[in-house]
Amino acid sequence: MIYDIILTTLINGSTWALLAIGFSLIFGVARIVNIAHTAFYMVAAYCIFYGTYRLGVHPGLAVLMAIVLVMVLGLICYKLFIEPIREHEAAVLIATIALALVFQELVLLIFTGDFRTVPALIAGYLEISGVKIAYQQLLTIAAAGVILAGVWTFLAKTRLGLAIRATAQDREVANLMGMNEARVAMLTLVISVALAALTGAVVLPLSVLNPHMWMGPLIMMMAVVVLGGLGSMKGSFVGAYLLALSEALVVFLIPKGAFLRESVALSIMILVLLLRPEGLFGVAFEEER
Amino acid sequence: MKKPVILMTVLMAFLLVMAIGSPVLGADTIKIGVIGPMNFLQGKGHWNGALMAQDEINAAGGVQVGDKKMKIELVKADSNEFLSMTDATNAMELLLTREKVNYVVGGFRTEAVLAMQDIAMDYKTIFLGCGAATKEICDRVGQDYDRYKYWFRITPFNNLFLAKTSFIHLATVGGIMRKAVGIEKPRVAIVGEKQAWVEAMVAASETNIPKLGLEVAGVWRPSQTATDVTAELSAIQRADAHIIFTIFSATVGVTFAKQIGELKIPVAQVGINVEAQKDGFMEATGGMGNYVMTMNTYARGVEYNELTKPFVEGYIKRFGEVPTYTADTHAAILMLAESIKRAGSLDGDKIVPVLEKWDEKGTTGQFKFDQNHDPVWGPGYLTSLGVQWQEGKLVGVWPNKWKAAPEAPEITYKGIVPYKLPPWFIEKYKK
Repeated sequence: MIYDIILTTLINGSTWALLAIGFSLIFGVARIVNIAHTAFYMVAAYCIFYGTYRLGVHPGLAVLMAIVLVMVLGLICYKLFIEPIREHEAAVLIATIALALVFQELVLLIFTGDFRTVPALIAGYLEISGVKIAYQQLLTIAAAGVILAGVWTFLAKTRLGLAIRATAQDREVANLMGMNEARVAMLTLVISVALAALTGAVVLPLSVLNPHMWMGPLIMMMAVVVLGGLGSMKGSFVGAYLLALSEALVVFLIPKGAFLRESVALSIMILVLLLRPEGLFGVAFEEER
Repeated sequence: MKKPVILMTVLMAFLLVMAIGSPVLGADTIKIGVIGPMNFLQGKGHWNGALMAQDEINAAGGVQVGDKKMKIELVKADSNEFLSMTDATNAMELLLTREKVNYVVGGFRTEAVLAMQDIAMDYKTIFLGCGAATKEICDRVGQDYDRYKYWFRITPFNNLFLAKTSFIHLATVGGIMRKAVGIEKPRVAIVGEKQAWVEAMVAASETNIPKLGLEVAGVWRPSQTATDVTAELSAIQRADAHIIFTIFSATVGVTFAKQIGELKIPVAQVGINVEAQKDGFMEATGGMGNYVMTMNTYARGVEYNELTKPFVEGYIKRFGEVPTYTADTHAAILMLAESIKRAGSLDGDKIVPVLEKWDEKGTTGQFKFDQNHDPVWGPGYLTSLGVQWQEGKLVGVWPNKWKAAPEAPEITYKGIVPYKLPPWFIEKYKK
C-alpha cells in the first residue's frame, strides 16, 4: 500500500505542481491573481479535442496548436482585460473570474456539456507489482520534472528570465533600470498560460473534459499556492506534493470517505496557515523580495 | 415631437405585455413546463421526449378537455441542477409564477427535485418526475398526502428497486463468471458516487451482496465529479476485485470506465452508470467503454412490447440517438393528456385520482403507481433493461431467460443478446 500511496502522490502532485507553478509565476512577477488560469487549461483541452477528433490532426500537433492558441488568447486577454486595470489587484481578480466564466460559457455553447476525452500521448500501461499504471501517468511525472527544470533554467539562465526575476523582486527598481516592466508582465502571463496549456496536454488524457472542469483544479491549485506561500515556486512545488499525499492517504486509508480527499487537503492547508500564515515558503520569498 | 412619445408608449406597452405573459393568447393551450439541466444530456432527453409528445398530441388535434380541444405548449426551463440548487429552484419558481404553466415534467438530481417538488406543491401544481430515483421523494406523498398528492414519479423506479434490479444483474454476471472461468465466489468492489440517491443503495449492497454468493471486496465513494480515479483504481486492484458494482449518475462514470478500459483492469463493471446509457459514451471515454454493463431503459432493437419500437425508432430518427430514461417525459405528457381527457378538466385535483388509477401499457411496460405515486416494479410491470457496450455498440443483455421466482415464467425481451465478459478478464482468469 505504501508503494501505491507514493505513486499516487507523485502522479497527482505533478499535476498540481504543473498548474500551481504557472499560477505562482504570474502572481510573483506581476501580482496578477489569475483565476482564469485553469480555464486556459480547459480551453487548451478543448483545442486538443477539436484538433484531434474534429480536424483529424496528430495529437502531438494538436497539442502544439493548442499551446500556441492559448498563448495568443492569453495575450489578447491581457491586453484587453488585465493591463488596463493592472494596478487594481482586486479588479484584476474579478476580471479573471469573469474571463473564466466567459470561457466556460463559450465552450458550453460550442461543445455543449457532453463529456469528451482527448487521446493519450503515449497509449498503453505498465504493470508494477500487480498494479497497472498508464504510460500517460508516468509521462505526467516525467513532464512535471522536465517542465520544472525548464522553467528554472529559463528563469536562471536567460536574459528574459533575469528580467522576470528582477521584476518579481522590485517592479519599480526594475523599471528604473530600464526594463519594460509591463512587457515583462505580459510575457510572463503568456508563459504562464502556455504552462497551463502544456499541463492540459499532459494531464487531460487521464481525465474527462467538460466545460466546468476548470473549477475543481482551481480550488486545489489555489490551495497548493496558498499552502506553499503566494508567489513562491518552491512553495508551490512542495505544497503540491504535500496535498497530493494527503489525498492519496484518504483514498487508501478511508476508501468510504474517498470523496473527502479534497476537503482533507483543504483542511491541511488551513491548519498550516493557522500555524504559519505566510505559507510554507512565504517568509523566505518575502525576504528575497 | 408627439410621434416618438406615442411610439415609446406603444413599445413600452408591448414590452410590458411580453414581460407579464399573454394569458389571452395562451387560453386555448395547455402549458407544460419541462424542467431539467438543459445543457446536459439528461436535460436534452427531458426536452426531446416532451417535444415528441407535444407534436404527437397536437398533430392529432390536441387534448380533449370537456367539449373543446386544447393544444400543448411546452415551456423549457434550465434548472442547471448539476451546478446550482438555486438555479433549479429559481427555474421552477419562474415556470409557476411568470410562465404560469399548468403542469411540470422533468427534474433529475434528488437534491434539486426535493426543493423543486416543494415549490410545485406550494402552487398545487402536478409535477411528474422524470429523473430522480430517491424513494423519499415519493414517501412524502404517503407522509403528507394532501400536500404532496400532485407529485408522481414516471421514471426511473425508486432507488430500492434500482438496487434490487442491479443485484439481479450482479448475480447474473457472477453466475456467468463462475461458469466461464470457475471463480466460485467473485469479489465485488462497491463504488458509489457521493450523492443522496446512492446512500441507501450502498448500504443495501453491503448487506445483500454476500447473499448472492459474492464477496464484498470493499466500498469506495469518490466524488460524483471526480475527473481522476487512478488512486481508487489502484486500491481496487489491490483488493483483488473481480466485479466493480458501479452506482454512478455523473461524470465519475465516464472517468471510471475510461481509466479501467485504458488500463485493461481485469474486472467486470456492472450496476448503474447513467453516462454509459448514452450514445455519446464511447466518444466520452475515447473508445474505452466496452464491456461496461448498466441498467437502462431503452436500447436499439430491444422491445418491451409493441409500443417500444415506434417510440425508440421515432426518437432516433428525429434526434439521432437512443432515448435516455429522462426522455420518458414523452410518456409523462401522453399520460397527462389522457388523464386530462378522462377528468374532463385541467384541475389538478380532478386529474390526480385519474393518475392514481392508471394501469396502462406504456413504452417501457405496464405502468401503474403505488400508494406513494411511485411506479410499480416487477415482472408484468416495469423491469428496465440490462445493457452492455459490446464492440462499440450498446446492446440489451438482460432480462435473458430471467425468472423472478422459481415457479415464475422466464422473461426475455425481444432483441436481447448474451452478456460478454471482457476478453482481458477471461485471459487472466481462464485456467
